[in-house]
Amino acid sequence: MEPLMEILKNLHPDVDFETCTTLVDDRIIDSFDIVTIISEINDEYDVVIPAEEIVPENFNSAQALYRLIQRLEDEDE
Amino acid sequence: MKAKKFPKWAAAVAVLAAALILILFFLQKLLMPKYMSDIVEGNLVEEYYQETTDHEVVFVGDCEVYENFSPIEMYRDYGITSYIRGSAQQLAWQSYYLLEDTLRYETPKVVVFNVLALKYNEPQSEAYNRMSIDGMKWSGSKIGAIRSSMTEKENMLDYIFPILRYHSRWSELSSEDFRYMFHKDKLFHNGYYMRVDVRPAEGFPEPEILADYTLGSNAMSYLDKMRRLCEDRGIAFVLVKSPSLYPYWYEEWDQQIADYAEKYGLDYFNYEKMADEIGIDYNTDTYDAGLHLNLSGAEKLSKYFGKYLTETYDLTDYREDPEYKQVYEEKIQFYEEMKEAQYEELEKYGEIISY
Amino acid sequence: MLFTSYSFIGFISAVFILYYVLPKKCQWPLLLIASYIFYFIASPSYLIFIAATTVSTYLVSRKLENIKTEQDAYIKENKGKITRDEKKAYKAKMKGKQWKWLLVCLIFNLGILAVLKYTNFVIANINGILEAFHSTNELSFVNLILPMGISFYTFQTMGYIIDVYRGTCKAEKNLFKLALFVSFFPQLVQGPISRFHDLAQSLFEEHAFDTKVVSYGLYRILWGYFKKVVIADRILTAVNEIIQNPEVYQGGFVFVGMMFYAFELYADFTGGIDITIGIAQTMGITVTENFRRPYLSKNIKEYWKRWHITMGTWFTDYIFYPISVCKPMLKISKFSREKFGDGVGKRVPVYLSSFVVWFTTGIWHGASWNFIVWGLMNFVVIMISQELEPLYRKFHHRFQVKDKKWYGAFEIIRTILLMSAIRMFDCYRDVPLTFQMFGNMFTHFDITAFTAEAFLGLGLTAADYLLLFICLIIVVAVSLTEERKGSVRNLIYASPAVWKYLIFGVMILVVIVFGAYGIGYDQSQFIYNQF
Repeated sequence: MEPLMEILKNLHPDVDFETCTTLVDDRIIDSFDIVTIISEINDEYDVVIPAEEIVPENFNSAQALYRLIQRLEDEDE
Repeated sequence: MKAKKFPKWAAAVAVLAAALILILFFLQKLLMPKYMSDIVEGNLVEEYYQETTDHEVVFVGDCEVYENFSPIEMYRDYGITSYIRGSAQQLAWQSYYLLEDTLRYETPKVVVFNVLALKYNEPQSEAYNRMSIDGMKWSGSKIGAIRSSMTEKENMLDYIFPILRYHSRWSELSSEDFRYMFHKDKLFHNGYYMRVDVRPAEGFPEPEILADYTLGSNAMSYLDKMRRLCEDRGIAFVLVKSPSLYPYWYEEWDQQIADYAEKYGLDYFNYEKMADEIGIDYNTDTYDAGLHLNLSGAEKLSKYFGKYLTETYDLTDYREDPEYKQVYEEKIQFYEEMKEAQYEELEKYGEIISY
Repeated sequence: MLFTSYSFIGFISAVFILYYVLPKKCQWPLLLIASYIFYFIASPSYLIFIAATTVSTYLVSRKLENIKTEQDAYIKENKGKITRDEKKAYKAKMKGKQWKWLLVCLIFNLGILAVLKYTNFVIANINGILEAFHSTNELSFVNLILPMGISFYTFQTMGYIIDVYRGTCKAEKNLFKLALFVSFFPQLVQGPISRFHDLAQSLFEEHAFDTKVVSYGLYRILWGYFKKVVIADRILTAVNEIIQNPEVYQGGFVFVGMMFYAFELYADFTGGIDITIGIAQTMGITVTENFRRPYLSKNIKEYWKRWHITMGTWFTDYIFYPISVCKPMLKISKFSREKFGDGVGKRVPVYLSSFVVWFTTGIWHGASWNFIVWGLMNFVVIMISQELEPLYRKFHHRFQVKDKKWYGAFEIIRTILLMSAIRMFDCYRDVPLTFQMFGNMFTHFDITAFTAEAFLGLGLTAADYLLLFICLIIVVAVSLTEERKGSVRNLIYASPAVWKYLIFGVMILVVIVFGAYGIGYDQSQFIYNQF
């Protein structure tokens, strides 16, 4: 979880990612941010988030994003 | 038994619909052109329905009838009752349907058709169509007239609901549009459009050489329909070509009509060729340099034509009929008043302004 | 059948009545029949293309579904018997199979679109190159038909098959239901580009007559006709006069033309979409919104989230993301990060895939360089504003203007001007002329040219200008209200009954009397029909 928070904080220092659950719905992060996040997650966790997983439910909160990473890591093993 | 309860909104919608239809009706009356002070020809067709007496002679055709024949003059001289159902650029099929329309109200003894329009074989202009058709009362004839006249861009709905055609006039509305919403002034004399001014005929451009001089089959078919319609009703059918110098009436066309008349035993007079005999002087008898006759010219032609009518057909002299006498006294008075007013304007301004 | 033709209004009235008169189970089949009649009237030959797209997509979607079923059955059957790696390999094999079928479907359908729409464009460019090399050879143009709305329905259908492949959407079992999704007539001509899972439910459901839903739909239709017929078709005269005579209308009038076109395109396109969504709504069907008051956007990125939304999300979901997060792209990103540092590495995927998105968006709009350059101009502006973002942030932080009303207005006007300027590529004949006229706007600007006669020479009367001005105020007022208080129709519906009916009646009268339709005006096609 820590590295993920680091990635997000770097992107938008002014957003409270611990609590926010409407990152996509409230347009706090846009498509450019999502691409950056995915590419950095790939670096950090070595998981590839495929395009079909890019849906609001997976990106609305740091928690959801982390769950997605775990799920993908799980499938990958 | 208890009636099924109607939902409240349905009643409200019905009220709304009724109100809308009423408002649209008034708006339509307001937005339709009135043709009272400008392009008065637009009122020719409509004025017919105000007639209270029948006519023994009915003219159909374009400007070559409604500017060149004077029914009032024919009444004064011979007691002939006649009406001109003419309109601007009236095409052959419009003449047919206007004749059909007229026959719904009366059966004359003679129908006169001016042949110039036979040169057109297809619908021509939307604006002229509207002037010939909008004034007609609703009937199968009107629908026929619309169907046969529509140009490519036109739509039947524009005729059924004229507001769809004329709504663009919202920005040009004038006091005239309000004043004449429901009632219009009388402008014509049994369909005759009077002009007293004079403009001598000058030269016209040489007529173009045409590739084909055959009159179109569509136009000719409506001539045929008119002939048969008259035949069925026992009405005499007469063909004329008015003494106008322009548009050019080709000799080849003249021959085709002469042949047609001969084939069916009809009378056909080309008054252009007989202008001298009638006494038409193109220096004094035309108001627009030879296109149309003025009052002087129209009265000369009417005298001449009226003589032919009384000698050939068994027409009643209505000068002795008390009912007609009264109606026509009024018409003659209106005729004389307008004549005088036009002369006055002519003197005052050097041209006719309000007619 | 244009949306503004009498026959279209007759057509939708007939469909509407039948929709509620017939038994409810006939509702969606009726819409399918109506859609095919609508398309048939446009041109019988179009039917072949839409049918080919429907059937090919149906077959492939069934195939994808079958592969998935087979896979699930196999895994279930062999549970515990195979190793994890074996299972993974098997899954990969099945995914590869699915991928092949998807590719066949995409190539076939996008191929139809590409051949019909772009063959002559390619030929023209080849000829241009040949000419540049002084070759006397020239390819001749081919005569191809371009079925109405093909760009829209092809994209909508391809979105569906990709969703099925991704597993985010179940394949439709009924061929005829899929056929209706592809051909649904209100949105066939100019979008929105719907997603299957958004549209399907309300499209195939049975609907009882609901006065509220129907009247909401009718308000929406009337509002659409108001924008389309009263505003767009009226102002079109002046727009055409200016852009078709660039040698006459220079300097300040280039700017006038630009702003008139902005107003016209807005009224035409959003009006058309309002009619589409309104028609669907009268039948209880929910079509995705395509606009969210785009001219109130404060920057170009926001604008593209509020204008032609369904097209934007289509490109984002099916082109931008797949390209920017595919494995090779991640590798390139990683490589450049190591080589050129974090900043470059971060930018590479976004820049590359944005470029592709805007190039395709441009060419999707039309087979000409004008549209390609238009798309790329959007790309350039978006990227510049992206790069300037930290600067803006500093500026806002320093001067505390972000919450000021006037600053918001400034941002909105800036965005409108920027978008309108880019849109000049829509207007002028070719790319060089557009650049020339853009420069001309500044070099030949002459305030004294703005005379009353000059404006009346554009083909509009003083009354037209007055009417357009009033319309502008109405549109702005409605937009601001919707922005702050939500749907205006909710407000109307909450008001006393008399108001509801009065507003409805007045809207009908306004459209009939002030609409620029009929012989007095020349009818114009919806601008988006050609795309």
